[in-house]
Order: sequence, then structure tokens, then C-alpha cells
Amino acid sequence: MTEILQILVSGCVQGVIYALIAFGYNLTFSTSKTINFSLGNVLMLGGVVGFSLYVDRATGQLLGYPYVLPVVGVLVAGVIAGWVVHKFAVEPSLKLKSEYTWVLATLAMGIIIKNAVEQIWSTGDYRFPSPLGDEPLRIFGAGIYPQEILAVVVATLMVFGVELFKRKTIYGKAIQAVSEDKETAMLMGIPQQQVVKVSFMLSACIATVGGLLVAPWTFVSATMGTSLGTKAYVVAIIGGLESGFGLIVGGSILGVSEFVTARYISSGYKVLPGFIILILVILIKPSGLFGKKTIKKV
Amino acid sequence: MKLGLMLSALVAASVIGCTKKSEDTIKVGVFGPFTGGSAPMGVSMRNGVQIAIDEINASGGILGKKVVMVDRDDEAKNERGGQIMQEFLDKENVVAVLGPINTGVADASTQYPNQKKVPMIINVSAGAKVNELFKTYPENYVFRIAANDDIQSKVIVSEAIKRGYKKPALLCDDTNYGQNGREKMEAVLKGLNVKPVYVGKFKIKDTDMSAQLQEAKAAGADVLLVYGIGPELAAISNSMSRIGWTPEMIGSWTLAMSNYITNAGKNGNGTKMPQTFIEAAATTPKQKKFVEDYKAKFKESPIASAVSAAQGYDSMYLLKNAIVQANSTDGKKIKDALENLNAPYEGVTGTYTKPFSTTDHEAVKENNVMLGQVKDGIVIQATTDKK
Repeated sequence: MTEILQILVSGCVQGVIYALIAFGYNLTFSTSKTINFSLGNVLMLGGVVGFSLYVDRATGQLLGYPYVLPVVGVLVAGVIAGWVVHKFAVEPSLKLKSEYTWVLATLAMGIIIKNAVEQIWSTGDYRFPSPLGDEPLRIFGAGIYPQEILAVVVATLMVFGVELFKRKTIYGKAIQAVSEDKETAMLMGIPQQQVVKVSFMLSACIATVGGLLVAPWTFVSATMGTSLGTKAYVVAIIGGLESGFGLIVGGSILGVSEFVTARYISSGYKVLPGFIILILVILIKPSGLFGKKTIKKV
Repeated sequence: MKLGLMLSALVAASVIGCTKKSEDTIKVGVFGPFTGGSAPMGVSMRNGVQIAIDEINASGGILGKKVVMVDRDDEAKNERGGQIMQEFLDKENVVAVLGPINTGVADASTQYPNQKKVPMIINVSAGAKVNELFKTYPENYVFRIAANDDIQSKVIVSEAIKRGYKKPALLCDDTNYGQNGREKMEAVLKGLNVKPVYVGKFKIKDTDMSAQLQEAKAAGADVLLVYGIGPELAAISNSMSRIGWTPEMIGSWTLAMSNYITNAGKNGNGTKMPQTFIEAAATTPKQKKFVEDYKAKFKESPIASAVSAAQGYDSMYLLKNAIVQANSTDGKKIKDALENLNAPYEGVTGTYTKPFSTTDHEAVKENNVMLGQVKDGIVIQATTDKK
């Protein structure tokens, strides 16, 4: 019983993190039909920036700054990273009207970020002490870190917050309008370019905050975002690129399936079910489990 | 015509210049991972070799020549092993090679020294094939000063059995190194008629091992035997604390790496591993001086991987003694001298009297190995008492 609970807890926590990054993919896709494939490495950048502002790399001791500093730091890093990726990888290829240049351009941007961190920062793995302590809490015997609760709460709030923002505010409606029909939105006086740019910054901020949230249990390293970025993409496809809430479900499915496989089949096949589900979804329901084609009114 | 003559004169001069230059120095190739998860071992090993070279040069070099280190980062990538070795032998014309750390890298490189007849002393890699190479190369040029996986797995398993454990669970990474170790531990266990209740594996960069640990726990394991490198081993310790199941953990010598000890924090306390050198237990004047020199030179205490540093240092001195005895930098003569070293050498990892022979190229034997234990951020010598 405890064991099943532990698998569910570990799987869902992992799943919510996948969902958070997938939500970052979702944001830019909804405004410009592009996906920022460097998001996994932007997440890593968040982890590294947060770590550098909070922990002394040489000794592993805290620098003594309040946790607010890394939080502000990763938000700034996110805004800059989003702006840079949009400016240099996405905008030029959108102007070119060549359909898929942005795929390679954003992938390249991710590699540049990763290599830059390896060169300037370090190639090692470092422990990020959680501000809430590293002692797991026991819930019916299952261990869960306070940091994981924080991550789940913050991630869920961010997804719901942005969804509400999109649905309820005038700026959010502008985003929806652009995602619905670029040309018409422009004719209606919506600065389409700005909306796309803001969506990139917002999605990068979500990723850097994600990096800060997961760092205490993944270690901080230049490679910490690579597999997260890929898995989140799988989640985005499973949950549906158009659906914000579907991602949380999609993420949890993937997360739990990984832990169940590792426990009951073999740890060697841990990532297999996710990709099988991915193929099944593409074959049977290409718009994703929750990607219902609804008629939206703007 | 005149220009051609001048050019060829210039070329000839530079060729002479080169040969002359290489004649009054002795180049030693050193390679290992200086970046990435294995870097603490690679960098410490290189630093150990550097201390030895500095000492040797300060006392007049070898055969009146200065020793120069040529170092290359193999990034723990198997294919880099072969590339670097070819560069060492064909371009740099090194006299001998020291290193590397990772099993896969070492195995990808050992054919070249045997083809070119240049001696190589493996000073960290525990899993690389050394004596096994005699089958292919009866004149084997590859030596090792490190506790190999046979010795390590024996020490690990016998410690577990001595402590009275009967249901070991094996958890190893899926690299050449981890799987090699798993095979050897299984073989030793089989010899003792003990069957592991669980055998699992994990990937490099995995951070959550709770699924594997739960399976081991469900199988009724009473001790955990592990084989891997620092960050992932730390993830095992952290996941153990998470699921609230903390059996004793004994494993490969890499549990003494700084990136295990810091990343596992207090969850690493009590973990045991075989060691050829324990910094905190340095007793002989030679060992104490080595630790002090290292601290003074590299501003690092404790040493990120003390075993690698000590073995790096000793490997350089064994090479020096062999060159002096051979009175030559010819590869064949150095190899013959290594196989028949007249003077005993008191090193940091122990005293070596005739460490190598024509049929055995392993310097470290079971009695050179002691058991270390992690305690509050450092490695101390472990005491074995019955459970």
C-alpha cells in the first residue's frame, strides 16, 4: 500500500513538472504555431542561475541570501532567454516564411545555451539544498519532500493562473485572438508581434522557474534539462498542444507509467511506456487526449 | 631553386630542432576525464602525477632529462580513448602513458600501446582489461596500479558476508564499468553460494532510484551492493532516505568521490567502499607529505578523489624507477624493467616490491586494499565488526 502510494506520489510530482514545461511549449504554440525546443535547456539555465545566486559552488554551503534572490534571478533569466530565443531563432524564420526553420533554430539555441553553461559554469553535478529542508515528510509511510509539494503547488498555480489570464483579461484575449487568426487580429489592432514575443518570454520564465523548483531533487548540472525537455514534449503531444489542463493529466500519466514500469517490469524499460503512449496517441487521436476541437469565440 | 634550397634547409633545421628538443625531455602522456561526472577522479589523478613530476624535476629529472606532462581530456567518452592514444603515440611521441579513469575509455585505448610498444600504466580504471591482454599480446605493454574489479568485488562481497548479511541486492549503472562490476560481484556471490535477491540497474544522470529500491526492499534485501560513479550513487542514498529504507550500502571505491559525498550529504554516512589510500588515515611520513603537498599546491582539502591522486603519484614513480633501471627511454626496455623492478618502492598507496612480472601486470593485490567509510563529509578507515 505504502509502496503504491509512493509510486503515485513520485509519478505525479514528476508528471506535474513535465506538464509545466509542456505548458511552456503550449504557450508559444498557441500564439505563433512554433515550439521553443530549447525549453529544456532554458529550464537548466534557471537551475544554474538559481544555484549560483543561492549556493557557493566550491563548498556546497549556502551563500546566505534570501530565497527571493534566486527567484527574481530566474525570472530575469527567463525574460532574457525568451527574448533572445524569439529574437534570434524564431522571428527571423517567421519572417522568412519558410515553415520549419524555427525547429532547427530553437534546437540550436538549446545546444548553444548548454555548451555555454558547460564552458562558463561547470560540467559537474551539484546539490541544491531545498529552502524547505531536505527531510522527506511521511504521508501514510510514503516519502515526499516539502520541495516537491512546493513544486506541485507552484506549477499548478502557474498553469491555472496563465489559463485564467488568457480567458479572463483583455491581454489574454489578445493572445487568444492571435492564436485564432493572426491576420484578423492584426487588422483589429492587436500588436501580433508583441504578443508572440511576450508569449516566448512567459514560456521561458515558466521553464526557468521549473528549473529552480526541480533543482533540489535532480542535482544542478548542464544536462539537467535535456531529458525533461524531451519528456515534456511527449506530454505536450499526449495531453494536446492546445489544452492547458490536459497537460497536467498527460504529465501524470507519463510520470506514473515510468515509475510503475521501473518498479514492476524493469528499470531498463522505464521510459518505454511514455513513447508507446505517444505513438498510440498520434495514431488514434492526433490532437491529443484533451485536444478537443472546440469552436472558440473571441 | 635558391628558394627551394633555403626551404629544405629550413625544414631540415626544424626537424633537427625537434628531435633535439624531444631528446632532452621525457614526455609522459596523461589522459582522463577532466570534465563531467568522472572529473574529480581525472583531475585528482592528473594533480597526483603533477606532484610526482615536479618532485622528480626538482631533483634533476630522469637520466638528466626533464619530465614533461602532455595531458588530454577524454571526457569519459569511449571513442576519445583511442583518438587520444593515437595522438600521444604518433604525434607527441610520448615515452609512456598514464591514465585513464573510465573502463570503456581504457579498453578503447589499450591496443595502441601494444602495437607501438610503448608502456602504459593504468592508474585508476578498475574494470579495464590488463592481464586479459596477454592472450592477444604475449608481450603486454599495459600495466595497472589500482584495485581492479576482481579485487574490489571480492572485498565488497566478503565485507557484506562478514557482517552477517544473507540477502544482498545488487544495483549497478548500465555502463561497461557498472555491468562489469555486477558480473564480478555475482560471480563472487555464486562462489559463496549466496544468491542476490534483486539485481537492478540505472542510467547515468538518473536522479530518482526509489522504484529500484522498492523492488529490492520488496525482495527482502538486507544489504545493498552498488557499482557506479558519484552523482548516481548519491541519488541512490538520497532515494533510500526518501522511501525510508536504509539498509547498509557497500560498493565500488567511487563512493569516496567528492561528488558522492557532497551530493548525498548526511544520507551518505556509513557507506563503505574498498580503498587503496584514505586521506584521513594517512600515517606514514610519505603519505602525510603527499597530503600536505597536494593541499599546498592545489588548495584542495579533502582531495576530491584521494585514491586517484595517490595512484597517479605512484604510477609516475614506478615509471621513473623503470626508466632509471632500464637506463633508456626505449619502450621495450622500460617494459622489461617494469616487469623486474629491482628496488622496492615505498609509495603513497603502499610499498611495492616487484609489483609486476612477465605474467602479472597488476600491482595492487587484495592485501593492499582497505575498507573506507563515509563519515560526516570525509572518508575514514572502517572497522569491521559483526552485526
